[in-house]
Amino acid sequence: MTITEGVLSGDTSMQHGKAEFVSGPWQDSINLRDFIQRNYTPYIGDASFLAGPTARTTGVWAKLSAMFPEERRKGVYDIDAFTPSSITAHKPGYIDKDNEVIVGLQTDAPLKRAIMPFGGWRMVVNSLETYGYPVSPELEKIFTDYRKTHNTAVFDVYPPGVRRARNSHLITGLPDAYGRGRIIGDYRRVALYGVDALIAGKKNDRAELDMEPSTEDIIRAREENSEQIRALKELVQMAASYGSDISKPAQTAQEAVQWLYFAYLGAVKEQNGAAMSFGRNSAFLDAYIERDLADGTITEEGAQELIDDLVIKLRIVRFLRTPEYDEIFAGDPTWVTESLGGIGEDGRPLVTKTAFRFLQTLYNIGAAPEPNLTVLWNDGLPDGFKRFCAQVSIDTSAIQYESDDLIRAELGDDAAIACCVSPMRVGKQMQFFGARVNAVKALLYSINGGKDEVSGKQVAPATAPNLDTILDYDTVFANYLVTLEWLAETYVTALNCIHYMHDKYAYERLEMALHDKEIVRTMACGIAGLSVVADSLSAIKYAKVRPVRDDNGLVIDYTIEGEFPKFGNDDDKVDSIAIDVMERFMNMIRKHPTYRNAIHTQSILTITSNVVYGKATGNTPDGRRKGEPFAPGANPMNGRDTHGMLASALSVAKLPFSQAQDGISLTNTVVPSGLGHTKDEQITSLVGLIDAYTEATGYHINVNVLNKETLEDAMLHPENYPQLTIRVSGYAVNFVRLTREQQMDVISRTFHQH
Amino acid sequence: MPAVNLGLPSVGPAVALVALENGKTPSTEQAELAELHHLEMAAIHNGSVASVHSWELVTAVDGPGTRMTLFLSGCLLRCQYCHNPDTWKMRDGLITTLDDLVTRLKRYKGVFDATGGGLTISGGEPLMQPAFVERIFEECHKLGIHTTLDTSGFLGKSASETLLDNLDLVLLDVKSGLHETYKEVTGRELQPTLDFGDRLAEKGIPVWARFVLVPGLTDAVDNVDAVADIVARWPNVERVEVLPFHQMGEDKWDRLEIPYPLHGATPPDKELLERVREQFRSRGLTVF
Repeated sequence: MTITEGVLSGDTSMQHGKAEFVSGPWQDSINLRDFIQRNYTPYIGDASFLAGPTARTTGVWAKLSAMFPEERRKGVYDIDAFTPSSITAHKPGYIDKDNEVIVGLQTDAPLKRAIMPFGGWRMVVNSLETYGYPVSPELEKIFTDYRKTHNTAVFDVYPPGVRRARNSHLITGLPDAYGRGRIIGDYRRVALYGVDALIAGKKNDRAELDMEPSTEDIIRAREENSEQIRALKELVQMAASYGSDISKPAQTAQEAVQWLYFAYLGAVKEQNGAAMSFGRNSAFLDAYIERDLADGTITEEGAQELIDDLVIKLRIVRFLRTPEYDEIFAGDPTWVTESLGGIGEDGRPLVTKTAFRFLQTLYNIGAAPEPNLTVLWNDGLPDGFKRFCAQVSIDTSAIQYESDDLIRAELGDDAAIACCVSPMRVGKQMQFFGARVNAVKALLYSINGGKDEVSGKQVAPATAPNLDTILDYDTVFANYLVTLEWLAETYVTALNCIHYMHDKYAYERLEMALHDKEIVRTMACGIAGLSVVADSLSAIKYAKVRPVRDDNGLVIDYTIEGEFPKFGNDDDKVDSIAIDVMERFMNMIRKHPTYRNAIHTQSILTITSNVVYGKATGNTPDGRRKGEPFAPGANPMNGRDTHGMLASALSVAKLPFSQAQDGISLTNTVVPSGLGHTKDEQITSLVGLIDAYTEATGYHINVNVLNKETLEDAMLHPENYPQLTIRVSGYAVNFVRLTREQQMDVISRTFHQH
Repeated sequence: MPAVNLGLPSVGPAVALVALENGKTPSTEQAELAELHHLEMAAIHNGSVASVHSWELVTAVDGPGTRMTLFLSGCLLRCQYCHNPDTWKMRDGLITTLDDLVTRLKRYKGVFDATGGGLTISGGEPLMQPAFVERIFEECHKLGIHTTLDTSGFLGKSASETLLDNLDLVLLDVKSGLHETYKEVTGRELQPTLDFGDRLAEKGIPVWARFVLVPGLTDAVDNVDAVADIVARWPNVERVEVLPFHQMGEDKWDRLEIPYPLHGATPPDKELLERVREQFRSRGLTVF
């Protein structure tokens, strides 16, 4: 039986009002992909059709821009410290009511942050105290005495090994005190079907669940289903408070954008997820926009205005977070990732004019890190689109690229990126976000018999310490594998504890309401410091590395004699070590059962935690000094990639996606003149580079086109660079919002001259 | 040079070449030469190996698209502004086989196709090892890879007809237009470069001419005029690149403990750069 039978089939033609969309299976059950495939118009031209900003857009943006300096100075613009956020908790809010074409804010005023205590009360208190806001005694009592939070629950069940690994920075950034995020609701469903139909579908699901025996799994599913329906009803209420009836399908382009945004807004009112990604919406919206353009209801200017206003809203999604959190995830990111482009399974490009319109926002309202515009790149994309993407990268450094081929082969053509590099089928898949382990520290532990090289504490199970005067590769590697086996087990244990409790105490009701009944779950593990590990093992293998011990026999440093190959130079001698380590660790992870039978995956991604991880890690056998940052993501270490940007990228491209299906991140910076003399030449070069990288099975690349002097000047005069955007690792940041330490890290990275 | 036994027959030694490279007479070089494995020298001579300084994948600098630029060791010029003095001596390079390099080129074939790039041989002076250049260019053309030679032209006579037949683009450094200035800048004569340029023009091989602008050394109006006149007479010159001198090479001189003649020299300012570019432009040349 189709889950929306009887709800959709009878009355679709009247619901959509205008010229009818091409009918198909999407009318019988929820099937966004089918709707898009039958109704979108591929666009193979160039960017010349695009419109600039209207006075209305510019005016709304100017109002907000005037508020940003204060927000930057204080850390937050304002906080509602007394109202725990929910879909309906706050009254409607506006930036400039009469001039907004798309409405809706997380609270009743722009940039005013809400508290979200269900993840953890302590995080709320720390944030309020940091920014000088009062802590409500009443709420304190509720969330400590009456209502257990996710954070408390996780620590109730962590075994000691996990606590040790966590405290020693071997595993960091775990979502045990904040929202896990990386779940993309299929927000398009609200626009296409209206909420009534979605509720009816969920009720059908429930009827099926009621027929199943009441096992633990089924009981949980029923409770979740009830919560989902409740959230959908609240969503209708919230939209009604803004004067929109989203119980029925959207009729016009404006409504489609507005309904879609309401659905997303409901999610960010309810959840402070680490990454609250937006999905893959441009071809979907384009179907509505094309229809309105065809019947003359809107002009190109009006179409652009809709996307500009939507993007303005997405740029001001805000969460209340602690300074410790910001240390890991620098620059206040929300990862409102929107995936653009790609090629469909039938070979037609999924590029529409609306994909161009999203990119155009970076000109109309200036560069910005959010939404995290992500191009699913394929050498078969229309030339006009490829060139416009490259032009936008050169002008703004604000977009990232992921391999469309790798993603489509695994997940089909309606997949989107969550956060930085995590691909998932929209509405059909979610992940249990797992941050990452410090693979470098694990290597040092294996040399020190399981002891921490900084504190000297026994963290991993005791093994025989390495007593060699010159480190022997085979011995070191064998011991490393022992440590990694333990780490993999400890890591999966931690993640199972976290996600069990997150489902129980901080369930993403609305986001999951916008998913199918049966979904794929992945357990997304991750590695930080892979290039340091590869170089360290390479040094031990190809040069002479002597350990330096302190009085207690703890190895605290290394001397290196001779040369050794370094990751990032397209040299198989060392690149194969990186591949070997990641494959082995993935297989170790796979040995351990996961909560809800999630599929094991891993990422080679650090976000900006490469700085904090490095800070907590001692001297390494590759010559990296104690406290020095790791390279971000899968990057080679700064300055060691001496054979050019592409050779560096080709080393990273060797890391097999099949063993890191949660993504492999590479961030590269090239100076503008390193791409050519003229803009046209630079665009051609960049298109060629991204083609070459993705054809070599490279998965992800951030491209910054910047001069070092610009960044140095921005450090000295931040007031002159309010919108200077730079890609870091899977996302972009306002450079001037980074800490000084992070700014220095970015500046010390390799600037490829040519 | 690291000794590797390549199992190749001994052909004539490159004695004169190595001696010339060091600006000494052959007789004073005997001791040094004795260190050189004669098989290696033979292999360099027949082009089955090269003395390589380094390689890099570059974009938009050494010819069109993304290119593998192979820097060979050894150069006869001693340009005051040289930013790669570590490539002067052939013996400082790493002996690398043609086969290994061809394997790498095959790996990058896709990159070259995607970007419209290819192989650039630079240095040092690539024509110090002409047999190798000839052979690798032949291999490139078999593979459908675009070839570029980055040269001063001083050893243009060493380039065989076969080499030129497999050459798609020349980055020709015309370091000065006046004979005296050329000698001051490089320690050598200008004439061989002119001869080589004429030969390239006859064969119709495309040339991107390059000129390094050093205030106080190469920037005299008449010197630049002379360069521009030379370049303008070759119809095969597709563009002229005026490269502003920079000080990024100085630390290499220091490391090699060679006195750096341009210590304290300043890069050209915008006005000077524009004046010089205009001198080329006024002759109908495309200038970058």
